Amino acid sequence: MIRLQDVRIDLPGFSLAPLSLTVEEGEFFMLVGPSGAGKTMILEAIAGLQPHEGEIFIDDEPISKLPPEKRRVALVYQDYALFPHLSVRENIAYPLRFSSRETHREHVKHLTSLLRLEHLLERFPGTLSGGEQQRVALARALAAKPRLLLLDEPLAALDPLFREEIQEYLRRLHEEEGFTILMVTHDFGEVLSLGERVAVLREGILQQTGSVESVFRTPANREVATFVGMKNIFAASVHRNMALLEEGAEFVLAVETETDRSRCFVGIRPEHILLGNRPWEGTDAINAFSGIITSVVPREIALEVTLESSHLRLTAHVLGSTFLDLGLRQGQQGWMFFKPESVHLF
Amino acid sequence: MYSRTFRNRWFTLLMGSFLLIYILWPLVNMFLRADWNVVAAASVDREVLGALWRSIWTAAAATGVIALFGTPLAYFLARKNFRGKSILEAIIDIPIMVPHTVAGIAVLMVISPRTPLGAFLENIGLQPVNSSFGIVLACIFVSIPFYVDPLKDAFASISPRLERVSQTLGASPSYTFFHITLPLAKRGIYSGLIMSWARSVSEFGAVVIIAYHPMVAPTLIYDRFATFGLKYSSPIAVQLISISLVMFVLLRLLAVRGSDKQFREVQE
Repeated sequence: MIRLQDVRIDLPGFSLAPLSLTVEEGEFFMLVGPSGAGKTMILEAIAGLQPHEGEIFIDDEPISKLPPEKRRVALVYQDYALFPHLSVRENIAYPLRFSSRETHREHVKHLTSLLRLEHLLERFPGTLSGGEQQRVALARALAAKPRLLLLDEPLAALDPLFREEIQEYLRRLHEEEGFTILMVTHDFGEVLSLGERVAVLREGILQQTGSVESVFRTPANREVATFVGMKNIFAASVHRNMALLEEGAEFVLAVETETDRSRCFVGIRPEHILLGNRPWEGTDAINAFSGIITSVVPREIALEVTLESSHLRLTAHVLGSTFLDLGLRQGQQGWMFFKPESVHLF
Repeated sequence: MYSRTFRNRWFTLLMGSFLLIYILWPLVNMFLRADWNVVAAASVDREVLGALWRSIWTAAAATGVIALFGTPLAYFLARKNFRGKSILEAIIDIPIMVPHTVAGIAVLMVISPRTPLGAFLENIGLQPVNSSFGIVLACIFVSIPFYVDPLKDAFASISPRLERVSQTLGASPSYTFFHITLPLAKRGIYSGLIMSWARSVSEFGAVVIIAYHPMVAPTLIYDRFATFGLKYSSPIAVQLISISLVMFVLLRLLAVRGSDKQFREVQE
C-alpha cells in the first residue's frame, strides 16, 4: 500500500496543491489529467527523484527521507529510458547488480519469457521498435522486484498496434503477477480499459478520486466531465424534472430534484445521443431536438456529428454505417434524441 | 532543378576546399621540401628527442590533471542551472581568448618563487619555473576549455532520466555516474582528451614565458629557427607534426571504436 499525504511540489512555474491519495496493495491505480498537470513530477516524487513537502508512506513506513535506490519503487518513463550502451540482456539484468540472490535471477528469467524478450536479449535498445523497448523497460523495472511500479504514459509514444499489445501485457502483469501499479495518463480511454481506481488531476489540484466507473458515470464537476469525454455540457438551472439551459432549450431529467438549482451543469455523453432523419415516433419520454447538421468528423470508431439549432448545439457519436443508412449529409436537417436518464446533472 | 543543385554542390565544394587547401598546403609543402638528411640527423639528436618526448609527456600530464578536475566540473555545468552559470562558462573559455604570452605571464606572477605559492612549491621540491613542472602548469592553463567544453556538451546530451532510472533500480549516484553517465559520455571524453592534449603539445607562448629551459619541441623549434634559421628548425617541425598526427589518428580510432558499439547495430 502506498499513501501520499499532503504532498506538495513547488517549483518556478509549477506548483502542485497538497495531494493525498492511497493506492492499495495489488491495485491498478490511474492518475489521469491533461498534459502539464504535473503527473510525471508526482511519480518522480514517489520514486524519490523530486524534492517535495508532505510525506509518502509505503506500508505505513515513511519513505520521504529514503534515497531512490533504497525505496524499491520502479519508474518507467514514457521514452523508456533504456541504457543505450547496454544490450537488452544487460539492461534487464541491471538491477541484479545490486541484489543477486538466486530467486532474483529466476524472477528475471520469468519476466523475460513473460514479456517475450528471449529473442531480443543480445540486441541494443537503438535497434528495437517502440513496443519492444517498452517491454524491455517493463522487464527491467520489474526485475528490481519493486514494491510499486510507476508508469509514466506507457502507451503514449506507441503506435496503435503496439499500444494494444502493451496494454495487454500491463493487464497480465497486474492480474497474474499481482504487481501494484500506479499509472499516469492523459487518455481516459486507457483508464477505462485498465484502471480500477482513478484520480483526476488538473492544474495541480486533485479533482476527483474513485472507482473508474463512478468517475466516468458521475463526474464531480465540469472539468472532470469534459475530461472523461462528455462533449455536451451546458450551464443550466433545474426546476423539478426539467433543466432550463442558458441557451434556451429544455431537457427532461429522469429524476425530480427536491430543491431547485439555479446554477449547475448538465451533460450528455455523445454516445448516448441518437441521430435520426425524422421526428421521434415512439411513445416514451425523450428529449428530441431538430437542427442542421453542421459537421461530420471521423473519430476512432465513430463519426462525430454536430447538430445546431438556434438555441442548442449537440454532438453525437454515430456509427458510420448508421449514418449512411439514415441518408443524412452535412447541411441537411436532422434530429437528435436522448433519454432523460442520459442527462447527467453536476 | 538538377543543374541548380549541381551548381550549388560545386560552389560549396569550391568554398570549402579553399580552407582545406589553406591548412594542407603549408603542411604538405613542409614534408615535401624537408631535407631528409637533416631530418635523419635530427632524429638522433638527443636534444631534439628529449624535447619531443618532454612535449608528449608534459601535455599528457596536463591533460590528466585537467581530466581529474574537469570531469566533475563539466558534469556540474551540464546538469545544474544557476544564476551566473554563463559567467562561469565564460571564465572557463578565457584561456582561448587571451594571448598565450599573457597567459604565461599571468600564471608566472602566481607561481614565481617570489610569491607565497611559488615559495611553497619550491619548498616541497616542485620547482615551478624553468622546469617540466612549470611547463605542465602553463599547459593546464591554456588547455582547460578544450577538455571541459566538449565533455560538458556530451554530458548535456545524456538524458537525466537514464540516471534517475538507474537510481530507482538500486544504483547509488556514484555507481550511476561511473556505469551509465561516463560510458555514454565516452565520445566527449575522448574528444576532450585529444583536444586538450593537442593544445598542450602545440603550446609555445605560455610555456616559453614560464620555462624556456628545459625545452619542449615548440620552444626548440623556435630556438633553432632564431639561431640557425629555417633549414634547421623545419626538421623538428616535421617530426613534431608526424608524432602529433600519429597520436591524433590513434586516439581518434580509439574514440570511434569505443563509441561505435552502441550505434553499430542501428546502422546495419
